[in-house]
Amino acid sequence: MKFITEFRRSELAGGLISQIHRRSKTSVRFMEFCGGHTVTIFRYGLRQVLPQTIEMVSGPGCPVCVTANADLDKAIALSRLPDVIITTFGDMLKVPASHSSLQKVKADGADVRVVYSTTDALVIAERNPTKSVIFLGIGFETTAPTIAASILQAKARRIKNYYILSVHKLCPPVIRALLDSGEVKLHGLICPGHVSAIIGSHPWEFIARDYNIPCVVSGFEPLDILQCVDMLVAQVENGESKVEIAYRRGVRPEGNREALKLIEQVFEPCPAEWRGIGEVPDSGLRLRKEYQTLAAEFAFDIEPEPAYEPGGCICGDILRGVKTPTDCKLFGKACTPEYPVGPCMVSSEGSCSAYYLYGGDFGG
Amino acid sequence: MADKILLAHGSGGKLAHELVEKSFVKAFANPLLAKLDDSAAMDFSGRLAFTTDSYVVSPIFFPGGDIGKLAVCGTVNDLAMSGAKPLYLSLAFIIEEGLPQDELNEIVGSVQKTAQEAGVEIVTGDTKVVHRGSADKLFINTAGIGIIPQGVDISGDKARPGDKVILSGTIGDHGIAVLSQREGLSFSTQLKSDCAPLGSLVAKMLEASPDIHCLRDPTRGGLATTLNELAKQSKVSVRIEEAKIPVREEVLAACEMLGFDPLYVANEGKLVAVVPAKDADRILKAMRENQYGTGAAIIGEVKAEHPGRVVMKTCLGASRIVDMLVGDLLPRIC
Repeated sequence: MKFITEFRRSELAGGLISQIHRRSKTSVRFMEFCGGHTVTIFRYGLRQVLPQTIEMVSGPGCPVCVTANADLDKAIALSRLPDVIITTFGDMLKVPASHSSLQKVKADGADVRVVYSTTDALVIAERNPTKSVIFLGIGFETTAPTIAASILQAKARRIKNYYILSVHKLCPPVIRALLDSGEVKLHGLICPGHVSAIIGSHPWEFIARDYNIPCVVSGFEPLDILQCVDMLVAQVENGESKVEIAYRRGVRPEGNREALKLIEQVFEPCPAEWRGIGEVPDSGLRLRKEYQTLAAEFAFDIEPEPAYEPGGCICGDILRGVKTPTDCKLFGKACTPEYPVGPCMVSSEGSCSAYYLYGGDFGG
Repeated sequence: MADKILLAHGSGGKLAHELVEKSFVKAFANPLLAKLDDSAAMDFSGRLAFTTDSYVVSPIFFPGGDIGKLAVCGTVNDLAMSGAKPLYLSLAFIIEEGLPQDELNEIVGSVQKTAQEAGVEIVTGDTKVVHRGSADKLFINTAGIGIIPQGVDISGDKARPGDKVILSGTIGDHGIAVLSQREGLSFSTQLKSDCAPLGSLVAKMLEASPDIHCLRDPTRGGLATTLNELAKQSKVSVRIEEAKIPVREEVLAACEMLGFDPLYVANEGKLVAVVPAKDADRILKAMRENQYGTGAAIIGEVKAEHPGRVVMKTCLGASRIVDMLVGDLLPRIC
């Protein structure tokens, strides 16, 4: 089976689109939680082919976008320390912190390196024994197990110069916070695919049960999302609310037990600050006591500059699904992918970036 | 000879002469270079095409090529994209001290081989050696000269509504092949760079029809950026169809993994041609007969409305904007 082209076949898409048009009678608002889904939706112009009864809103599922400025400022402060190598996933480089970005401090001489996995960061640590290598642990449940594994590896291989700045976030608690705020009324939730590959579909049950909102876990190809929307429509029209999986090739209801065990072993839940949403209890991950010496905040003495949010930027409202990028006065004018003001414009999975790059007069 | 390049190799003294004579003059054997005068003197008649480029690729060896092959192909292709027959190249090496002589020899060998295939001569050159850390192993700067045949007038501002857009083959091969070797990102793939000199392909196309409006090689920034350049320069819009753009399954897979769009990934052996509709099939047939155009396809057409825009029909039948690349391609988090 071909895992990509099979899921982009236009004749199959056509069939699903007609089925959705036939089935959808009730006006509904569905949220795609995950930024990866937002990108697929815009990249393939999915909103254009859905019936008018279905309104799609984007959620806060972009790890870069929801990282609080105060946390980004810590990363900047760490990068300015002598003999430190910052390792990070690529899309963190351009994100504006309060006063700078990793891209800018790199140009000023900081040693900032893009890696694809923590394994590569460990290799850099081994090759540079006189330097401290700090990995910026930003991401959801998807990336947390690999970072946990790297910590255990570092211990096993006696790598003493490897540290983590953990700003990991957990998805189910923030969805609860969003729903409890009552700001946005939803009739269906497209649950994140990669996150669910780790945690399974069970952790979403509370949404269907307590809030009567249909939930379907989706993959990232256009056919995945169409199938997911079709399943959500079917639940709505049948008056049901349950959790289903439209991404069987990636997600099992119980999740990935090995990965969950790794997270549990190394991390413990803690309160976390989400941009635009505020502090959400038990929605972050910090290193457990026995691994605390590897936590960059403990190992290094830093004084980040006071956090500052750019005026006029409504990334926070957009992340809560209350406003759309085109509601922002800065969108496409003062804030573009070349000169981003807020993180939603810079992250490849940010709503503003997806609107700007794929939308214009044609998408949306 | 020393087994590593030393600062002395760039000093202009004996070691420098030895390097030039034994490594370069021998490999690139041609009378113009062998004279070792301060400049090469040549006769020309007709319209000249003149271009320059610099190569800093890392790593310097990658699947399907190396920095030497890339330098020749890149320069030759820039000449070919104005319809010129590439003739002469200059080559300047900026070498980081400590580069193994073997590696330099291998690169010089591939420059020679590629130049021979492309039918160009290296007629002048320069060598500098810099302190460790001042360059990343090896940088190459080139210039190239070619002659534009009579009746050929190719430019980025000549796309006209109704023209067809032809792509010479699969996109993204070079970018993904190079990325797969980079420190911190290495992943395994069978993919090779498409790095190739396109002079012979362009000559075939011009034989089929000299009335080609635009030619461009979608290198950095990929197909999307090239089409945007053409749309802006010609003040037209370009409409393409996703389903018609050839992309290898391996490239699609790597792009999914890294969060890239193949439309933005670099190519080094592909070209985009904008041609009058009436000539499109004839040019396409000629392209497919050349080894570097076997996968050529008509991917879209030029329209008058929304000048400066590139719009793509997706596999869902919807349309979306295809913008220029912003900044660098950077792998995503999840």
